[in-house]
Amino acid sequence: MGRGSTLVEKIIARAAGVDRVAPGQLVTAQVDLAFAHDSSGPRRWAPMLRELGVGLWDPQKVAIVSDHYVPAVDAESARILKLAREFAAEHQVGAFFDMVGICHLVLPEHGLIRPGAFVAGGDSHSPTAGAFGAYAAGYGATDMAAIVATGETWLAVPETIRVEWSGRFGAGVAAKDIMLFLCRELGMDNAFKAIEYGGDTVEGLSMAERMVLCNMAAELGCEAGVVAPDRTTFEYLRAAGRPVDDEAAALALASDRDAVYAAVHRFNAATLQPQIAAPHDPSRTQDVTEHAGIKVDQCYIGACVGAKIEDLRMAAAVLKGRKVSPDTRLLIAPASQKTTTIATQDGTLQTLMEAGAVLLPSGCGACAGYGAGVLADGEVCISSTNRNFKGRMGSKEAQVYLGSPYSVAAAAVKGRIADPRQFLGEAA
Amino acid sequence: MSGRAFVFGDNIDTDVMAPGTLMKLPPEELAQHCLAAVDPDFARTVAKGDFVVGGRSFGIGSSREQAAVSLSLLGVRAVIARSFARIFWRNAINLGVPCITLEQAGEISAGDRLEVDLAAGRLTNLTTGRGYDFTPLPPHLMAMMDDGGLMPHLKKKLAGAA
Repeated sequence: MGRGSTLVEKIIARAAGVDRVAPGQLVTAQVDLAFAHDSSGPRRWAPMLRELGVGLWDPQKVAIVSDHYVPAVDAESARILKLAREFAAEHQVGAFFDMVGICHLVLPEHGLIRPGAFVAGGDSHSPTAGAFGAYAAGYGATDMAAIVATGETWLAVPETIRVEWSGRFGAGVAAKDIMLFLCRELGMDNAFKAIEYGGDTVEGLSMAERMVLCNMAAELGCEAGVVAPDRTTFEYLRAAGRPVDDEAAALALASDRDAVYAAVHRFNAATLQPQIAAPHDPSRTQDVTEHAGIKVDQCYIGACVGAKIEDLRMAAAVLKGRKVSPDTRLLIAPASQKTTTIATQDGTLQTLMEAGAVLLPSGCGACAGYGAGVLADGEVCISSTNRNFKGRMGSKEAQVYLGSPYSVAAAAVKGRIADPRQFLGEAA
Repeated sequence: MSGRAFVFGDNIDTDVMAPGTLMKLPPEELAQHCLAAVDPDFARTVAKGDFVVGGRSFGIGSSREQAAVSLSLLGVRAVIARSFARIFWRNAINLGVPCITLEQAGEISAGDRLEVDLAAGRLTNLTTGRGYDFTPLPPHLMAMMDDGGLMPHLKKKLAGAA
C-alpha cells in the first residue's frame, strides 16, 4: 500500500518529464505559465535579462499584471508602471493586464489558470491558482527572471498535507474563517510542503471560495495549495471562455486513493465560528466573540483574498439597510474591474455605497502598504486581507485584525469588532 | 573569519525586512530600514560578516526579494534559523546569502561570535565554544553559491551552452 501519488506529485512529475516523483526528490520542472506584477516583474527582470543577454523563453507563456502601484500616485510609481507597459510591448508578452485588477483574480477571470499546470508566480500569493488543480508557487524576482529566461526551475518535491472539511457553514461563516482557523491549528511553519483541501464542504464551495483556501496556503507557509478539479472548476473556465478540453484527464489529476500524505486533518465546518486573527500575525486567531468590542478606526475590504464579487456580496448582506458607524470608516478596493462591473449590475455596489463605504481603485492597495488606505500610528484596523504583519498596512505602530468580509462589515456597522451573525439572522 | 550574532525571534517576516510603504526607495536606502520595526538600531550597527539568527519561519510573508537584498547589502554573512519560509530561503541563496537551518539556533545569544564552514556544514560559536553540524546545500546549489548566486551562475551556464 501507499504507492499512489498526490495531485501535486502528479503535476510535478509531468512537468519534470518523469513517470512519478517522491517527496524530497530534486527535479527540474518545465513551467507552463510564469507571471508577475509591476513590483516584482519587469522592473526587476529587465536588468537581469539584459545582463544574461536573453529575452523571454516563450512570451506566450508569460503574463504580467500591473496591480501594485496602481494607479500611480507619484512620478516613481508612474515610472514603474510605464516600465511594465514598455517591457510587455517590447517582449510581446502574451498576456498583459494593466490596472484591471489583482493578478491572482485577473488570470483566472481570463481562463489562464489550467488544471494540471505548473505555474510560477512572482508573488507570495501565487498558490491561489491551485484552486484550479494547478501546482502554483511563489518565487522572488531573481528566480522569476531565471524562469522567464529559461522556462524551467528546480524544486524539491514537497510532501502534501491533506485537510478535509465536512458539513455546511453556518450563517456568517466563509472560507476565510477556515483559513484563519487553520493558521492557528497548523501554524505558519509548513515550508516546503503543499496543502490539499477536500471533503464535502470544499466540494460544495465556489471557485472564489476555493481561491481563498489556496491563497492563504501562503500564510500556512505552504508552497502550494490545491483543490482537485471538478465540475465547478470546469463551469468556471467555460464561463471564462476557455473550457477544459479533456475533462477526464483533469479529473484523473485527483490524488490516488493510496497516495501518501505528511498528515491528514479532518474538521467540521458546521461548528466553525467566525474567526478573527489578532495583530501581528495570522495564526493569532480566535472566535470573533473573543475580540468583540475592540474599537476600530478603519474597516478594509480589499486584496486578492478578500474583495472578489462574492466577498463584496458578503459585506452587502451585512450592510443592507444599515450605515457605517460614524466612529469608523469603511474602505472597499474591489479585486478587479470585472468585480466592480458585476457589483454595479447586481446592486451590491449600491448597497455598499448607501451604507457609506469609500470606493478605492482595484489593486493590491493598502493590503501591502503600497496604495491608498494605509494606517497611522496607533490606529486599529479590521481587514479582509490575508496577513497582518507589523507595519504591513502603513505605520508599524498600527494594529491590524483579520476577518472575513462578513466580520469586517459587521465591525463597520458597530465601529467595533462584532459577531456578524447578529446582522444575518432572520430578525435582521 | 568570524562575525557577531544579531538575534531575533520567531516569524520574522519580509514586511519588517523590507516595509511595503518604502518599496520604491533605492535598494541601499531601503536596506537602512531593514528589521527596524523589531530592532531600530539593526541597520546602523550590523557590519559586514555579521550573522542574523532567527527562530521559526524566518522570512515568512511576501515574495519581495528586497528582504534578502537588504540583508545582502548590509553585509550579512548568513542567516541561521530553526526554520525558513520557502520563498525567502530561495531568494537569499539566489543572492549568495546562505540560510542555515539549525534546530539549536535558540542557543545563540546576541553578540556571540560565530564562524561557519558552508561546505563542511559546520557552525562554531566562538563565544560559548559550542559547535553545530548542519546539512550542507545539495551540490547544484553549492555550485550556484560558489558562482556568487543564481544570476552569475546562470550567466556562466548560458555562456557555456552557447
